[in-house]
Amino acid sequence: MILAAAAPASPADAWLERAPLLLRDALTGWLPDALRPWVAALLSIATILGVFGLLFAYMTLAERKILGRIQNRPGPNRTGPFGLLQPFADAIKALTKEDIVPRAADQVLHFLAPVVLVALSLIGLAVIPFGRNLVAVELEASVLYFFAAGAATELSIFMAGWASRNKYSLLAAMRALAQLISYEVPLLLSMVPVVVVAGSLSTTGIVAAQGGWAAGVWPHWHALTPWGFSAFGVFMVAALAESNRSPFDLPEAESELIAGHLTEYSGFKYALFFMAEYLGMAALSAMGVTLFLGGWQAPLAVLEFIPSYVWFGMKLLLLLLGFIWIRATFPRLRIDQLTRLSWKFLVPLALVNLVNGGLWAVTSDWTGAAGVARWVVSALLVVVPFVVLGRSLTAGYGPRTYRYASP
Amino acid sequence: MTLLLAILALVCLVPAVAAVLVRNLIHSALLFVLAWLGLAAFYLAVGAEFIAFAHALVYVGGVSMVVLFAVLLTRPGRESALPAPSAQRALGGLVAVSLVASMLGSSIFWTRLPSVEPTPPVPLRRLGELLAGPYLVALLLVGLILTVALIGGLLLAAPRRPSEGGDA
Amino acid sequence: MLGKGLLQGLAVTAKNLVGSYHDPARYVTQEYPEVQPKLPEAYRNFPFLVSETADDPMGTLRCVACQICEKECPPQCIYIEKSKDKKPDATGKAQIYPAVFAIDTAVCMSCQICVEVCPFDAIKMDQEFAIAATDRFGGLLLNREQLAKPNAYYHQIHPTEAAEVDERLAAERRAAEEKARLAAAAKAAAPKPAVPAAAAAAAPGAARPAPAGSTAPAASAPVDSVPPPAPRPPSP
Repeated sequence: MILAAAAPASPADAWLERAPLLLRDALTGWLPDALRPWVAALLSIATILGVFGLLFAYMTLAERKILGRIQNRPGPNRTGPFGLLQPFADAIKALTKEDIVPRAADQVLHFLAPVVLVALSLIGLAVIPFGRNLVAVELEASVLYFFAAGAATELSIFMAGWASRNKYSLLAAMRALAQLISYEVPLLLSMVPVVVVAGSLSTTGIVAAQGGWAAGVWPHWHALTPWGFSAFGVFMVAALAESNRSPFDLPEAESELIAGHLTEYSGFKYALFFMAEYLGMAALSAMGVTLFLGGWQAPLAVLEFIPSYVWFGMKLLLLLLGFIWIRATFPRLRIDQLTRLSWKFLVPLALVNLVNGGLWAVTSDWTGAAGVARWVVSALLVVVPFVVLGRSLTAGYGPRTYRYASP
Repeated sequence: MTLLLAILALVCLVPAVAAVLVRNLIHSALLFVLAWLGLAAFYLAVGAEFIAFAHALVYVGGVSMVVLFAVLLTRPGRESALPAPSAQRALGGLVAVSLVASMLGSSIFWTRLPSVEPTPPVPLRRLGELLAGPYLVALLLVGLILTVALIGGLLLAAPRRPSEGGDA
Repeated sequence: MLGKGLLQGLAVTAKNLVGSYHDPARYVTQEYPEVQPKLPEAYRNFPFLVSETADDPMGTLRCVACQICEKECPPQCIYIEKSKDKKPDATGKAQIYPAVFAIDTAVCMSCQICVEVCPFDAIKMDQEFAIAATDRFGGLLLNREQLAKPNAYYHQIHPTEAAEVDERLAAERRAAEEKARLAAAAKAAAPKPAVPAAAAAAAPGAARPAPAGSTAPAASAPVDSVPPPAPRPPSP
């Protein structure tokens, strides 16, 4: 911190801020020029694998602990101090378990499904800017790349469900497809206004567009504008569905489909599915942070001495905590409720929001009274559709009356 | 570069051919997904980033799902059908090969490429301006066609009245 | 409005999450092996044999190997062998004692019938629930030494019931002493040798089972009419 405080005016020059890049240069500096980009790429792959592997391990622990606390119990606390070694115990258990493949299963697809799933969950992370200048691959259309990679994850869930030759798994596969078709649309639609307003399809461009503060205190994050707030909500709900998390975990649905596509998987392949779920969740949360929460930008100018990657990590953990909180709270939806929510609520909301974002982009130079009017109009374009659509969604589903139990 | 293109061509063609030959419908659908991915990789190799990702998103993420959904919702039975007589199959193969060959041949021989110099990829912003400017009418027409197809699909899938006796 | 219920639900779980760190009512888990559960007094599981003292459990067992429990046990999990000799019990009276007393806890269903039929308050229900063993035959077949637990332990686990039992036993003991005294006085009054011998023979049966109130008239009645041991109503 002392170093950072003594640093020159630009926070980008602070020593801590540049530490990852300096480390990379120190590690690759002695190599010949031809090899250097390759080794640097390998290094970033290894870093992402290591950091997100550990994040996965401790997300499982944090999830179990927090779920436990919410249910008035301590959660895992036996392995190591505060149960901190639990993920490793789980890993050893998963590795040493017998790998069972049903005789009737489609051997090739049954094997491919978890591998493809983990690979697809990982490659999306390549375009996330984890900090200032910390992005593994710089692409012009990186947002599109991310969603293209993410869209194929449900395909591998389908593969797993179909290849198992199990009726429950097949039902899970069908549900996964229906869920994907329903929620891919609001996910992509909620992201479009961000692209329109930021004027860029690259993640670094979108983060750069969210820099700075209005009146010195109000960050230019997209989630802090009316249209952005709405888009953020739609995005997170769709992300929940895309990553098969509760309350949208219909393909898994352990109580009705005995874990669905996971039924015929055991041992390490099961662990891979588990890993892919958390990696997908982390990747989508990272994208949410990038698109709506200002990426690695600090919320206040005075807090810029904290390195950008720490800010990114904190925002990411906050969103992941939200995922766990939601899992602990809401019961699973039925398949018809799931698709109804998407087509009758999220998609129209996202479409209205598209217009809203377009208006925001067109009126970007309005100031003073016109600027206030811009905020009011944008807020109205969020609230009115929300109320109207919410009314129509819940019409006929009035408050439940309990005839025999006191509520 | 030529080697890379050859490999990509193999990645596109082998799954595509296999998809036609494989008897299992799900397998052939998944092989098609692989072929589409190869096509996306091909776009990527020639520098058309946006097209590549859009292609992967739409085909791998969307179209493949619809295909698989359709396969799963149709009645089984085709899989167990007896293979057609070999003479018939040979004839079918001949027709298919000659059709593809004539189409490919004609397009290759009759197309006059303006230059063999590799052109720099169009920047994304320019692409957007082109789509929203000179090609706006075409874009809207494509959208209209897709909407009409969607409505047609809805009409076909809508539940019929029992008096009409439609067999779903 | 849509979403109100969702927010309320989130608030409930958030309150639980935060409350579990400072509010004992929201954190009810006992960490079992370290913190032993506080079992309610009425909890019962598997019988044990009551001995008067902890120092010499085998010498002070209340059990006289009458084998009523063995016969009554529904799953037939009790096995008793009578001793050939007699040993003085806690009151100093010579009694038959169980040479072998074994309960197969793999079979026992904790029905408490053995306790209810025992005329000597010699078998009572334990609160032991963790009886896992590595050997399912030998390890679960508890013998006399493993089953014997002192009366103090009984007081510890079922205080109310144990106090009642102790009171009743003390009353019976007093009545028996009273009767013995009366018998001794009668012997002194009528020096016929037959009566004390008959009284002594009937003593084991007469001393315990009869309720305290009925002992005094019984003492004055002819010794043959002493009521036979009868099972008591179940303890509350």
